Amino acid sequence: MISVASLFDYAVMIALGSLCLSFLITIYRIVKGPTLPDRILGLDMLVAIAIGFIAVIGIKTGYALYVDVAIALGLVGFLATVAFARFVMSRGKTEEDILTEVRQAAADARREARTATKAASKAAARPGPAAGATGGEPRHD
Amino acid sequence: MTEILTLISALLLLIGSVFTLIAAIGLLRLPDLYTRIHAASKAGTMGSCLALIALAIHAHDFGTMSRALAGVVFFLLTAPVSSHLLAKAAYAVGYRLHSSSVRDEMAPEDDK
Repeated sequence: MISVASLFDYAVMIALGSLCLSFLITIYRIVKGPTLPDRILGLDMLVAIAIGFIAVIGIKTGYALYVDVAIALGLVGFLATVAFARFVMSRGKTEEDILTEVRQAAADARREARTATKAASKAAARPGPAAGATGGEPRHD
Repeated sequence: MTEILTLISALLLLIGSVFTLIAAIGLLRLPDLYTRIHAASKAGTMGSCLALIALAIHAHDFGTMSRALAGVVFFLLTAPVSSHLLAKAAYAVGYRLHSSSVRDEMAPEDDK
């Protein structure tokens, strides 16, 4: 027969282990997360896991002081998520939009550079080799 | 009596941590943002709330208990608001649903 105290210790250990595992998984999602809202959601989830951690640590050590920290952390996490959601809304475009914009701008710049070099080489080729001499002389006058 | 309370709190701790783990796995495995929001905001909130309730049951003084329960209420109030706001912002900006989604109730009538 296992005593209640050791059963409780096992429960706390298992809870700590699975909270650690979920913390790591969430961090993986934040690092990998393809879009900004995914990362914001990961941040929200991290706050929830941290509150769970605080509760488990409070049970394990008997420090009840951290409960206030948990409430404050919940408030900060809520406000951070709201602020980030407002930012997503005010940015007004997805990562795909930004990528296509950047690709479009790069293609435009490349085309412009190509036409510029073509025009420059054409200008250099048309007047012929004498152009350098005749072009240089009027400036001396 | 104390033993029963300890057992209940241990059980709530286990259930809460398993809920949190399931939420994290859902965050990892589900295909798009909206399904991930569904996993994190429901199961994740449930997990941390159960852990806080376990703390409230395990605590011996009234102050800790009431503060933990206040945290639970606060968390239950704010989590849906923030995740709904995030989902609405993402949808308004134009993050697409995964291709395996079967229904988009918020789509305009012509391309539903």
